Formats: sequence, C-alpha cells, structure tokens
Amino acid sequence: MQFYRSHVLVCGGTPCVLEGCKAVRDALIGELKRVGLDEEIRVVETGCLGPCDLGPVIVVYPEGTLYEKVQVRDVPQIVEEHLLKGRIVRRLTGEGRLAGIVSYKEPTYLETQERIVLRNCGIIDPSSIEEYIARDGYKALVKCLTEMEPCDVVEVVKQSGLVGRGGAAFPTGLKWSFTANADADEKFIICNADEGEPGTFKDRLILEGDPHSILEAMAIAGYAVGAKRGFVYIRGEYVLSIEQIGKGIEQAKALGLLGEDILGSGFSFDVEIRKGAGAYVCGEETALIESMEGGRGEPRVKPPYPGTHGFLGKPTVVNNVETLANIPPIILNGPVWYRGFGTSKCPGTKVFTMTGDINNKGLIEVPMGITLRKIIYEIGGGIPEGRGFKMAQTGGTSGGCLPREMLDVPMDYFTLPEMGSALGSGALLIMDDSHCIVDIAESFMRFFARESCGKCVPCREGTARLHDIVKNIAHGNGTEKDLEVLKDLSHAMEKTSLCGLGQSAPIPIMTMLKYFGDEFEAHIKDKLCPTGTCRL
Amino acid sequence: MVTIDGQQVQVDAGTTILEAARKVKIDIPTLCHHPDLEVQAVCRICVVEVEGEKLLQPACAYPVRDNMVVHTNTPGVRHARRVNLELILAHHPTDCLQCIRNRNCELQALAERLGIREVRFERRLRGLPPDESTPAIVREPDKCISCRRCVAMCRDVQAATVLWPVGRGVDTVVAPACERELSDVACALCGQCIHACPVGAIAERDDTEKVFRALADPTKHVVVQTAPATRVSIGEELGFPPGEIFTGKLVAALRRLGFDKVMDTDFTADLTIIEEGNELLKRIKEGGPLPLITSCSPGWIKFGEHFFPDLLEYVSTCKSPQQMFGALVKTYYARNAGIDPKDIFSVSLMPCTAKKFEAERPEMASSGYQDVDVVLTSRELGRMIREAGIDFASLPDEEHDAPMGISTGAAAIFGATGGVMEAALRTVYEVATGLELPNIDFKEVRGLEGIKEAEIMLGDMKVRVGVAHGLANAKRILELVRDKEKEYHFIEIMACPGGCVGGGGQPIPTDMEIRKIRGNALYVADRLLPLRKSHENPAIKQLYEEFLIEPLGEVSHQLLHTHYTRRSKYPISGSARDLAKLG
Repeated sequence: MQFYRSHVLVCGGTPCVLEGCKAVRDALIGELKRVGLDEEIRVVETGCLGPCDLGPVIVVYPEGTLYEKVQVRDVPQIVEEHLLKGRIVRRLTGEGRLAGIVSYKEPTYLETQERIVLRNCGIIDPSSIEEYIARDGYKALVKCLTEMEPCDVVEVVKQSGLVGRGGAAFPTGLKWSFTANADADEKFIICNADEGEPGTFKDRLILEGDPHSILEAMAIAGYAVGAKRGFVYIRGEYVLSIEQIGKGIEQAKALGLLGEDILGSGFSFDVEIRKGAGAYVCGEETALIESMEGGRGEPRVKPPYPGTHGFLGKPTVVNNVETLANIPPIILNGPVWYRGFGTSKCPGTKVFTMTGDINNKGLIEVPMGITLRKIIYEIGGGIPEGRGFKMAQTGGTSGGCLPREMLDVPMDYFTLPEMGSALGSGALLIMDDSHCIVDIAESFMRFFARESCGKCVPCREGTARLHDIVKNIAHGNGTEKDLEVLKDLSHAMEKTSLCGLGQSAPIPIMTMLKYFGDEFEAHIKDKLCPTGTCRL
Repeated sequence: MVTIDGQQVQVDAGTTILEAARKVKIDIPTLCHHPDLEVQAVCRICVVEVEGEKLLQPACAYPVRDNMVVHTNTPGVRHARRVNLELILAHHPTDCLQCIRNRNCELQALAERLGIREVRFERRLRGLPPDESTPAIVREPDKCISCRRCVAMCRDVQAATVLWPVGRGVDTVVAPACERELSDVACALCGQCIHACPVGAIAERDDTEKVFRALADPTKHVVVQTAPATRVSIGEELGFPPGEIFTGKLVAALRRLGFDKVMDTDFTADLTIIEEGNELLKRIKEGGPLPLITSCSPGWIKFGEHFFPDLLEYVSTCKSPQQMFGALVKTYYARNAGIDPKDIFSVSLMPCTAKKFEAERPEMASSGYQDVDVVLTSRELGRMIREAGIDFASLPDEEHDAPMGISTGAAAIFGATGGVMEAALRTVYEVATGLELPNIDFKEVRGLEGIKEAEIMLGDMKVRVGVAHGLANAKRILELVRDKEKEYHFIEIMACPGGCVGGGGQPIPTDMEIRKIRGNALYVADRLLPLRKSHENPAIKQLYEEFLIEPLGEVSHQLLHTHYTRRSKYPISGSARDLAKLG
C-alpha cells in the first residue's frame, strides 16, 4: 500500500457530475503531475459527499478542507496554494452555507448529525478495500466468524432494535430469524438497492461511498441465516454504484473476505450484482424477486413471505442498503451502544435526502426522533428567499404531507404513521408557500398512475382514477362529490391493494385533504387557485 | 379452529379462508378465482376482515391459522368490494346486450349480486381493436378485466404462454407479446382461454350466420356431422345439467334447423381407428418411426407444429375424423347420392375452436373443394337452436342418416381422454392377433390423470402406450420422447384437459368437475352400444368394399391422410408486421 501525504476527494455524485466534477478531477490529476506532486498526493473520486447544491465539491485531507463550486479554472490555484504551500484557498470555502467552515470533519453542518451509516462516506476512498479495513472494515465479519454462533448474530440484531430502512420498518432481526429457522438446501441474501422512491438517493450514496460496508453486512447476514449466496439488486441507472460494488466484490474475493471458506472459517459467501430496469414497483421485495427470476416486475401474493419462500422459492432475506450499513457497527459495538441513538422505540439514526425549497439540499444522517423543525431550520438552513414553509412530504412520493403545525413531530417509524404519514425511505421534500397543493397532488398521482404495475384492481384502476379526479379539480372541473369519491377510493386502495404501492399511493392525497382541504375546496367551489398556480 | 362470521369451522392448515367459508356455507364473492387455476388474488373482490390484521385480506389466497376470526360481511368489507367492482366496471364496456357472454358473464352476475346501481367513475375504455386474425378465436381486449385467468390457463395448463400481461398500470392488457395478433404467435387455438375468461374478452368466431344462410339457400345441399363430444354437452347449452347424452334430440334439432342430412363424425372416428391402427401395425412391422402419435386433436397438431417440429415424423398421417368426414362427404357421399360436390355445404358440429382453423388449412381440400365449409362449436349450435325457438326438451329421439351416421362405442369414447387409445387397442389387438379381446375395457387409460400409461401384449410383443391430455401434459410426454427417457409405441394426445369433452368450443362453464362428468357419460354410452369395436362397424366395411378398397390404400392416401407444417415458436410474419408498424 502506497502512502500519500494528502488526499483530494472529488465528489462523484450525480449533481457534481452534472456540474463538471469529472473535468475538475482530470484537471487536478494533470496539474499535480505537472508540478510533480502526483507521487505525494492522491486524487480520489468518491460517492456523494452530501451538499448536493454546492457542486462540484472537493475535500482535501488530512485537513478536511471542503471546497465548493470548484471549476477547472480554480484547480491551479488549489494546487499551487493549498497542496504545494499549505494555504487554504478561502475564496472557495466561502459562498454557500459552509461559509467559514474550513474543516469537513467538524463543521456545524455535521454537528447535529450522527454518522453511523455514513461513517466512511467522504472519508475513505470507496474503491480501496485497504482504507475500509483501516477503519475497522470487515472486523465485524471476523468477529462473527470467530466469536459468534449464527444464532448469536441474529440475537444481537434483534436486540439492537434495528428496523428496515427501506420504508416498511420491519424488525430486521426478526426477519433474519424467519430465514435462519427455515429448513432449506439453499438460502439467499438480497440487498435491495433498487431505490425508486422519488427524492431518495441515500442508498446510491452509501454504495458509492462505502461499498464494502454493504458487502460485509451481507456476508454477516449470510452467516447468521445460513446463506451462501448474496445478490445486490441495483438500479441500472446507478452506474457508479454498480462499478463500486463490482470492484468491491473483486477486492474482497482477492483477500478471501468473500468466496470459499472465508478466513478459514469454513463459511463461504459470494455476492453477485443484478441490475434493475427501472420499475418503481421492483423496490417491493417480492416484485424484486420476480424481476430477478426473469419475470415481469410484479409483487407476489403474501403470505408466504420471502423469508421462507423467496428467490427461486428458497428462504431469502431482503434488506435495504441502509439497513445493512447499520449491521457492522452494531456487531462491533453491541446492541446497547446502538440503542443509545435515536428513541427507545426506534433506535439508531436515519439518513434523509433533503430536496425542494430548502437552503441546504442533500444527504444527512440524524438520530431517529429528531423533529422536522430541527432538520429544516438547523441542518437545512431554512427556506430560501425568506418564504414561508408550507409542507414537507416525508417518506417519498408515497409519504404523507405535513403542514406547519406538525413541525415538532418526532421523525421516526412509529410516530409519523400516527399522523397519517410515513418515514418511508427517508426522502424529505420541502415546499414553500408558493406551491398549490392541488397541483402537487396532481403530479404525485400522475407518478403512481404511471408506476402501478397493473396487477391488482385497486392499484391498477385506482391510481389512474385518483389522477383523473385530482386533474379534474386542478382544471376547475371538480365537484364536491369528487372529494367524497377520493376518500372512498383511497380507503379501498389502502385496505385492499396487493402491495405497498397501491396501499400507500393514496397517503399523500389523504393527508393533503386533511391538512389542506380548504385549498381543494377553493378549486372546486370558487374555481380559484389560492396560489395562482393552476390555470382555472 | 377458525371462526367465520360467528360460525366455527375445523379445517386443515393451509386451507384458504374462501374454502373454509364454503364449508360453513358462506359463499364469498370472487371474480379472478377459478377452481382449476393458480390463485391470482388480483381482483380484490373476495377481501375479508381478519381480526388483528390492518389490511383486508383476499379470501382466495389467505391461509387460515388456528383461532383466526374472520368477518366476511362488514360495512368495511362491502364498501371495499363495491369500490373495486366499480373500478372494474368503469373500465369495461356496457354493451352487455350485444355481448356473446350476455347472461353467462361472471362480471355481470357479480354486479347484480353486489347490487351495483351506480358507477361513480367516468367510463374509460382502452379503445383497442378486436383481434379477428384467426378463424377460431376472437379477442376483444376492450372487454378484458385483466383477471389473468387466461394467462394461468395458457401457461400452466396449456404450456403455450401465448397470453400475458402487456404494458403497465391502467394500460395493462392481456395479449400476446408485443400486442401481436393471435395469428402471429404460437397459439394452438385450443380455446381453453375462453373457458378461463369470466367475461366476453375471448370467444369463438361466431359462424352461425354462414350456416343459417346456407340452410336458406335452395341450391345448397347442407349436411352436418356431429362430433362425439357434442352429444354429451349440447344439453348444457339448452339448460340441462351436465352428464346427460342427447344424441337423438341433437339429431332431431339439426333436422328441424333444416339440415338435409345429419351424419356422424363417430362414423369417421371408426374409420380413423382402422387407418391409424393399420398405420401403427405397419410402423411396428417396418421398425418405425415410433412412437406413433395420434392426430385427431387440431389444437395439439398446431401446438406440435410450433413447439415440437422435430417430432412431426411421429405424428400419424391420418386426418382427424372431421377432415376424413369432410373429404368423404364431397366424394363418396356425393357420388352415391348423385349430388355435385360443389352444391354440398358441409358443416361440422365440434367441441373445439381449433377445428375451425383445421378446416381452413390449405391442405384440407382433397375433394377438390374445401372439405368442411363451416365448423360450429357446441355453443354456436346452442345459440342457433335457441334462436330458432326449437323446444329441445320435447324433441323426439331421431337417428343419424345412414350410412355415414352408423358408428360404434369405440367412436363414442373418442370424446374423452384415453378414448382414442382404447378404441385403437380394441381394434389393433384383434386385427394383429386374430383373437377376440377377453376384456375390451382399458381402464388404465381412462380418467383425468395427466399422463396415463398401459401395456398390452400383441402376441408375444409388448406394446407400450401413453396418453396425455392438456398441452402441458403433452409437452411433458413429448419431452420424455425427445429425451428418449421413455419408449412408447403409441401415444394419444388431446389438446384439451379431459379430452374433447373439455374442448374450447364446449358450453361455458367447463371446469375439471364438468369435464369429468361429461367423460364418464361417454363411457356409459359406449357400454350400452351393441357394437363397441370400430372394425365391426358394417358401414365402414361397406365403405372399404365400395370405395376405399383397403386401409392405407391409394384412395385413403389421397383422401384420408395429410402432412404437417413446421412452424416456429416465434412466427416471423409478426416481426415483419412490427417493423412495418414502426415505419
């Protein structure tokens, strides 16, 4: 392993790519070579570093200096001043919310954050297994293989209180125990990296920034339940994630951390990549399995559940990326440590992706139970242009819409459903008071009508009807009866749809009607859009 | 122990709520459920409340567990069912009065049962054109409610997987891949999808008008042949329960409709046995190719042409009884009756949709004319009898016209799976050995087991036979043959489950239970007939003496034997059309 005195991490997340990070990276490499520093300083392309609206973003280690909006023309100055002479280029640390923050290690931006899942993101070179190992990587797997029985591993995960982070919040340890207890000649671990929820991009960033944490967790899961094969089912569009995971698998195999007889323990585990073709419904675990088997991406009738009847009919654990990323720290530090974060009912942290009308967009990791207010106004830097907060949609497009009165609700998997919303995948869409609720509803419903797989009646027909009715209202053709039909239909969809897609598609509509009913009525009775958005 | 609407019932683990409820005489409404097919659980009509569950659960798929408490008729359940049914109805045409399934439609019955008086959603149809590309089956995708029963039937029971959900969301439609027409895909035209369909989205091509027109044409001599399996099913079309045989009334009804001669496919069924039996003996003697596979079922033939073109040399060159009949009517019968064959209009009454395709094959014109002009299914004839106002129940029993209406019990059982095999064995044994069969009932080849096998000693030679019905079973047995895992001398294949009694043209409903009842009735008819072996049919003997001279002879070769067409699993004409569509 070669040692460098300094590392320059160039963010390779999509927003930064769009802003030209690849050219910046190439310019850095060229410039370092030109001045003869290429043996001393290494340029690393990472997964997303978080502040997505400030790209291209680069971080210089060991100082941890974060430069924002770096352009190719800035590169000679960074190399000349910072990397050669050790003087920070203040001009590039200063404009956005990170003004005055010199160190990425401890900016106020990260103060309220608690990084378990993102522990390595933006810190290590994701394409280097050595750097992962240097930060206790694969130590949890070694601990499992050398000190723990499979049932102990399941027990630790159970006791940690970890629940699934894909949205359904099913207790992970319990899920593992179903598969562990199932009697079968073959079992599987699937990492669900389909991440189709609009506004959610946390899984991608974890895979891009710390792929080995997922591979290690999958191997631990395999050991715990008795599976020898794992699959990462990953969105086809996630090119960098696919590349990083692919590299990760090769590296881990080369070191004997995946493959036959891992570390001489007798336990074998291998991981393969399966690419998804982009259907939203394939994030649903049984639809994902159908897709993996070469079928049409459609959910299966449950029960039986994948835990006992999954891929190829065999017991299968399907875990979300973020869920898995929690596993190695839990194994290393124990369930008591993990329960020290978040709330007693819902321990741990949650990664949120903030989008919409908020000053600081991007990825954050915070303890469970934090309030929306704290996220928006402390971490998110508030609403731009001094506008008022109108609503936040939690949990992605299938989540509920919360008004100002709900700003102090604790964000966790158990409190939000009581408000008619959901924490879901952790997408957080903030809207200011310039938006029309009916217009937003129309766009959400259009999404579900397009993404319904067409299998069960309430979702296939219902999503289209929800869209029809809301569109009618937005166009000034709504009647009061429409609201009644909306409610009736939503209720039937929630109660009788085959999978989560149809069950949760009406959630945004239901919460909008509950909290913003007057806006719907204005469109219907007065033929008036209070925000002036809809052309009536 | 499970409690359903306050009633306790003891059922086995794994029983669904639907089955458990039926035990206590609660009939939960269903739509996508079919007793013979894989559970779909997509219509969400059978939803019920299970105590402790947040969601309503589909009774058709949800297994009971001990101490479960179920409510099937709460306001919440009724509300959800109505909304789901309204959603289906709003996406379905309201032309019930013109629909081929009017008054025999599960959706219509369900709307009536749930008392739907209003559909609160705007009616929206797909606007897709009907698929009339084949002579056998018409699809009307606008009527499809995407219950997917036909998908399960086509994939699991018939192994053709022609019908499949295409598209997504509300635009999902069940259709051949890429929404091609049926004529452009590897469809056997067996018509089992029609039995799966709860509505009028798939039906036979209705040819009744052509027949009515011919009957009214004084220049036409209109003859009809009646297939073995139609006499046991026609009653169901006219309000009788399954299982009764109405040969006499059927003949009488056909005469009253105006057919000049009412003859019997059973006659050529006997003839088929003679030709095919001799073909088997010849192939055994000449060392192959074996196994000989029967060729009576046109659905199987088309399936075989698409999926097993490499095995076509094994298929008997005998035409099906329908086509043997057609060829003889316009030659032998025309000559004897002194009628110009061009004036003969030959109709066949069949349990089968694939027969419509078979009749239109270009090679089926050995008389110099199209041998069979129109094929009517049992359902179409039922329609004609009803329209003509013929009181079927009070008709006298009449007999088929001789000589091409004379037949044996061996022909009668052609309509049930294993029947052709049994009929053939009765004849082959006696022809080959010159001895009388000690017991003519071959019970091993009867019944609804998917693949049946038997062995019979012909002198000192042991002959192994196999019988498969339903194309999935056909596929299984053919793969055994292809992989040389099993050696048979003779195989009977019928495309439809249960054989022709379960044919795609039979009355709706046709399910496994009804197939069984119809089949059993044919075996009873066989037992009651004086002649039960094809080679004892005097009219057949006369036919050979007067016309055919000898089995497998030159006349037979010209009129009674045929050849097959190798077809692709992916017929190319479709691709060309797809490309043309793209411009």
